[in-house]
This record gives sequence, structure tokens and C-alpha cells, in this order.
Amino acid sequence: MPSPDELKERIEMAIPGARADVHDLTGGGDHFRATVIAPEFGDLSRIEQHRLVYAVFGAEIGGPIHALSLETRAE
Amino acid sequence: MSDNPVRDAIQEAIADHEIILFMKGTPEQPMCGFSARTAAALEALGTEYAAVDILPDPRIRQELSAISNWPTIPQLFVKGELIGGADIVHEMYESGELAQALGVQPPADAPQEAPAATEPRAPPLQIDNNLTQS
Repeated sequence: MPSPDELKERIEMAIPGARADVHDLTGGGDHFRATVIAPEFGDLSRIEQHRLVYAVFGAEIGGPIHALSLETRAE
Repeated sequence: MSDNPVRDAIQEAIADHEIILFMKGTPEQPMCGFSARTAAALEALGTEYAAVDILPDPRIRQELSAISNWPTIPQLFVKGELIGGADIVHEMYESGELAQALGVQPPADAPQEAPAATEPRAPPLQIDNNLTQS
């Protein structure tokens, strides 16, 4: 079962310069909410920003990670 | 037609409907909070839209995500383009961008939070009926 810390670490490792804040929404280890701030988001649309974060987890989204709610910004 | 009738049906539905929401359940009976919230934002703007329940056939979700390069449900398409999932639609609703994208006037007394689901204006689209023939 993925933990918020594990998700945070994987996002920050995969996206250069990213800072992530991840919460388990239900305590069940499968519904998460992540706020991700990364410099490279500056050139991307919101859809593309979310795609980058989803891409970190590939097929795990919809599988072990049932839901990953996102807020992304460049800042 | 390709040899993938499910993908063809989804692409046809996206092309045929200016505003189309792929969701879990229906606007009247959403089966997931994210889908409920997204349908509610559309209802609040009073816009007509088509809704597709992806739950009856797992191939719908699989093919939809392959087409859109978007892993989660719901997915809102406007004029053939993916606008976003629940988070983006919610952010756009609150900022007024959603009304703009849909070509409608935001209600003068638009609430800050997306409201709870109300009566839908369009009957749900039964895409799965087209898919079980093959």
C-alpha cells in the first residue's frame, strides 16, 4: 500500500526541482491529494502539468492508487 | 471503422457532442465524489451536456484513457478537446474559466464552492449500448 511519503518522494525524484505535499484523504492508503510545485510547470498548461505528475505513477493510478487529486503550480 | 469498436464509439461520442462528460455513474446517480462534483459544476452553469457512464464496460475507461492520455475519471471534453478532470474543472469553475470555456454566462450569484448535484438537464448517453453488438 503506497504511503503519502512514498508518493511525495517519487514525485520529487521524478520532476526536477519539484516540491510535493501529499495527504492520504481517507486514511485507506488509496485516495491521495497532492500539491506539487515545480519550475518546469511554468511552460505547461494545467492539463500537461497534471499529466506529468500522473506519469510518475503510470498504471498505478486507477490501480493501487485509486485516486490522486492534484493541485499544481509553477511558482 | 477500425477493429476497435469501443474506441470508435468513444471517439464518435466526443466528436458528436460539444460538451461531453465521462463519469462514474450518471448525473442523477454519480458513483464517485469526483464525478459528482464535476457534474454539479456543469449543472450549476446550466449548460447542456452529454454524460457517459464508464462503469458498465471496463473497456470504455481503458480506451478513453488511451485516447485522452489521462488516467482518471471524470474527463470533460469541450469541442473535442480534453478540458480536464475533477480538479481542473473545479478550479476552472471557481475562477470563471469554465463558464468561458463552455460559452455560457456564469450565474451572477455564483457560489464559491461547486454546489451539490441537482437535476440534470440532459439524459445520460448510453454509450455501452453501442458496444455490446460486436
